[in-house]
Amino acid sequence: MANNTPDNLRYAKTHEWVRVDGDEVTVGISDYAQESLGDVVFVELPSVGRTLAMGEAFGVVESVKAASDVYAPVSGEVTAINEALLDAPETLNSDPYGEGWMLKLRPSDLAGEQEKLLDAAAYSQHVEDEASKH
Amino acid sequence: MNNYEPPIFELSGPGKIGANLPRLDVPQAELPQALLRDDGLPGIPELTETEVTRHFTRISQRNFCIDTGMYPLGSCTMKYNPKVHEEAARLPGFAFAHPMQPEAQSQGALELMYGLQNYLAELSGFDQVSLQPAAGAQGEFTGVLVFRAYHLDRGDTERNEILVPDSAHGTNPATAAMVGMKVVEVKSGPRGNCSIEDLKAKLGPHTAGLMLTNPNTLGLFEQNIQEIARLVHEAGGLMYGDGANFNAILGIVKPRDVGFDFMHYNLHKTFTTPHGGGGPGSGAVGCTKELAPYMPAPVADKDGDRYYFRTPEKSIGRVKSFWGNFGMLVRAWAYIRTLGAAGLKEVSDNAVLNANYIRVRLQHVYPVAYDRTCMHEVVLKGQLKEAPQARTLDIAKRLIDYGFHPPTVYFPISVPEALMIEPTETESKRNLDAFCDAMLKIAQEAAEDINILKNAPTTAPVRRLDEVGAARKPILTYDRARFRELRGEHEHATPDDQLTVPSY
Amino acid sequence: MSHYISNTEQDRAAMLKAVGVAEVAELFEVVPQEVRFPNVELPKLLSEPELLRELRRMSNLNANAQSHSIFLGAGAYNHFVPAAVDALLRRAEYYTAYTPYQPEISQGTLQVIFEYQTLMCGLTGMDVANASHYDGATALAEAAGMALNSTRNKRTILVTPTVHPQYRQVLRTYMQGLGVRITGDENVAASLDDVLGQIDDGTAAVIVQTPDFLGQLHDLKPIADKIHAAGGLLIASVDPIALGLFQAPGAAGADIVVGEGQPLGIPLSYGGPYLGIFACKEQYVRRMPGRVAGATTDLDGQVGYVLTLQTREQHIRREKATSNICTNQGLMMLASTVYTCLMGKTGLRTVAELCYHRAHYAAAEIAKLPGFELLTPAPFFKEFAVRTPKPVAELNQLLDTRGIVGGYDLKQDYPHLGNAMLIAVTELNSKADIDAFVAALAESSR
Repeated sequence: MANNTPDNLRYAKTHEWVRVDGDEVTVGISDYAQESLGDVVFVELPSVGRTLAMGEAFGVVESVKAASDVYAPVSGEVTAINEALLDAPETLNSDPYGEGWMLKLRPSDLAGEQEKLLDAAAYSQHVEDEASKH
Repeated sequence: MNNYEPPIFELSGPGKIGANLPRLDVPQAELPQALLRDDGLPGIPELTETEVTRHFTRISQRNFCIDTGMYPLGSCTMKYNPKVHEEAARLPGFAFAHPMQPEAQSQGALELMYGLQNYLAELSGFDQVSLQPAAGAQGEFTGVLVFRAYHLDRGDTERNEILVPDSAHGTNPATAAMVGMKVVEVKSGPRGNCSIEDLKAKLGPHTAGLMLTNPNTLGLFEQNIQEIARLVHEAGGLMYGDGANFNAILGIVKPRDVGFDFMHYNLHKTFTTPHGGGGPGSGAVGCTKELAPYMPAPVADKDGDRYYFRTPEKSIGRVKSFWGNFGMLVRAWAYIRTLGAAGLKEVSDNAVLNANYIRVRLQHVYPVAYDRTCMHEVVLKGQLKEAPQARTLDIAKRLIDYGFHPPTVYFPISVPEALMIEPTETESKRNLDAFCDAMLKIAQEAAEDINILKNAPTTAPVRRLDEVGAARKPILTYDRARFRELRGEHEHATPDDQLTVPSY
Repeated sequence: MSHYISNTEQDRAAMLKAVGVAEVAELFEVVPQEVRFPNVELPKLLSEPELLRELRRMSNLNANAQSHSIFLGAGAYNHFVPAAVDALLRRAEYYTAYTPYQPEISQGTLQVIFEYQTLMCGLTGMDVANASHYDGATALAEAAGMALNSTRNKRTILVTPTVHPQYRQVLRTYMQGLGVRITGDENVAASLDDVLGQIDDGTAAVIVQTPDFLGQLHDLKPIADKIHAAGGLLIASVDPIALGLFQAPGAAGADIVVGEGQPLGIPLSYGGPYLGIFACKEQYVRRMPGRVAGATTDLDGQVGYVLTLQTREQHIRREKATSNICTNQGLMMLASTVYTCLMGKTGLRTVAELCYHRAHYAAAEIAKLPGFELLTPAPFFKEFAVRTPKPVAELNQLLDTRGIVGGYDLKQDYPHLGNAMLIAVTELNSKADIDAFVAALAESSR
């Protein structure tokens, strides 16, 4: 099944996406991730001001029968969280790249870390590889 | 039977009482006014005995149970619960004995516990049994604590990893974490057993032990069990046996003989103490003499003619208050004494034969996870060649319409679309055939019209429930306004005025 | 074959043929031969009448509430259980069902859980309750674990010495691998104020029992204020019977309330199965261990119930779960639900009042005896400690000959009290029983 994987974003192997907006980045989970989880019923987000290292778990996304940690795709300080998600977690399903964003970070080493992220094509391939294992 | 029964709080009427209590026969003492509650006990309903009895009888009829029919939940061993056990547990010296009364006034209870410890030890080959843990998960917890204490006592302070196969029940890793251990997963090999290669790679100086269910959760006997035990022991680790599936091997093999150091018994599975809608369980544990000093306190012991409680010298401590789920111990004792050694072996013989019969009757339609002789349960996949849109969940729900409790579904998680079927020795060939016929009919229906499955069940007290809504906006206690809202959201909802008036 | 196996010889033959083996033994060839089919020696099997005779013989060796008048408590209480409770418990629909994994055919069990949760919240004054733990002791230990997970970087649990000694032991067992400091009860003679004085920034929770092990009732409000000021949680361990009359811990500011549910309709049963009550404030619900039922609707809009918030649990979260618990005490929870509904507001209050007044009558009468002295300070509820002129074990032997199970010997747990007996009085101890007990005590201590 083809998932939506916008070209203008970078992706982590753990299924988070990153969008660079000036000196901030926005982070969310991919269409593939939301679809694999199913109906999202609960989202836990970190507090603003927390510093995250690349790969550090910053929150949890839960469906009825699954729970998944979400990891920081790049290092940085949390500047904003999407509080609307806490009351309407279903937005993660309906609009993962838009209204379903999770947090904004002020990255500490974007130039260095960005290289380790996947572009849309590489991420799509990664998803396919993962799916074929099951 | 599809009668809606409102929450009991909607049946309440001011001033009613359902009990006939003693009258005050002593002078009234002064009450400490500052500590009295003044909220009028909100949320506590007021009903007569008649109303309470009807309410709980009516909602009971919305349950499926073993006495209704076949309940083939894999790994749960839903066997018949003998009626004489209920009489036994209610004998006054058992049901009304106080746990803190002196040992001299409790000799019968202690004798029964001592006897049961010995019977369980004999069945497993272990040297010491403790009856204290309240459930299988607590037995696991006890075992991992004992492992930890054993290693530390030997000055072996770096053993902080528990190995767990990927097919393991979730309690295994959750237990290890509660003891502060790191969980290391071991993969399954191509035949559904624990992979020796992967095990070797993961064993090391940090290994505290391996938790293994045998037969495993795929219903398969770990045929390399002796080699696995040897490898674990060589690495300095200990072998934990999860006895969830002990029903397959009573009189067939003693866990101690294949290298286990410790195991828990699920008395509510193998020894048929009733499951009670989710408990009480009873998770007795057994171990080798090397681990016996660390067992939880206390164990029953005997000195001449006198029975007493003893705390093992290096005990990990108490895992619950008092002496275990004693009422369950009475039932397990009765079961063992009713069947004896030969009768218990017949249990396993029939349980395993029944599961294999289901396997051969269904495997040409429902792919079997591992194509080999199974033990007391068989794991199939709800992947139908003729109906790829069918999911295991749909098959399970349709089984309800045919009068069967569905098997365990989506477990073990290492098998996609798993249907884990454990008929137990309770079921006759006639029932197994009816079950298999229903399974085959469902596969046929799935191919003809998938909606029959997707809409199932249609004969149960309720249809499929909105679990997503329940989790997004949890309603965990009764609240009149929220119940109105729940009912009002749907056009077919029962009118509120009907709900506030008891229908009897 | 036994009377529990329904296959005939012909059935088995047909099944073996279908499976493709000549005999059942072939199915076990995967078991290493040298350990297959071991010798198992168990005592001779018993017919049903023989079985009951043997069990009756052992049952008759135990003192019990039908053979004796019981003044023993210490965490398990001889309360009145209306006959309707057991009649409902014996419905096979309840006791021969399992965990409600398939909600469509488990609505009975699920609705009971939901009603139980509501009742426990009503009694305790808390927002949410789970479907129960094994007993009061394990509920308390799991509450401590939950408090540690809910407070960042706090690794100390403060426990008062008047929390049930066995509960404190279980707490230590549960925490032994987690690098947690448990303190406060090293000196069992320490006062509540002494212990609360130890609260600091590292205190994740303080655990207080009310009525405490020696029977005394405590006002939780100032304790809650003190621990909250330090950023920790208050865990209150309670007797649900006392809640018919006394302060709801939720209203006083407790964050987690636990308790032994046995007094609510569950027989003494030599210590189990009992019921662990567990309730907390709503803000902690995602960190709460154990099963929870929630209300929802089905495809037709009919109200129904499901297990919910399951991602906290071991079958999904595995090593990251809030606990390893999977079974609750389902049938015991049913007993407490039925009991609480039968009692209702009036019954719960009446039972608590009967306990209170009779306990105070007994305490006053015993205090009049030479050599006896009331040790538990007011206010107390249904249990109190008295100093005795002779060792308690000695007194209890003499009481046994009068058909009385005497109180708990406090010597081991609270040596500073000297010869001291903990006495419990419930609505089942009539004035006549109490008078006989007092007379027997007077006689025994001569």
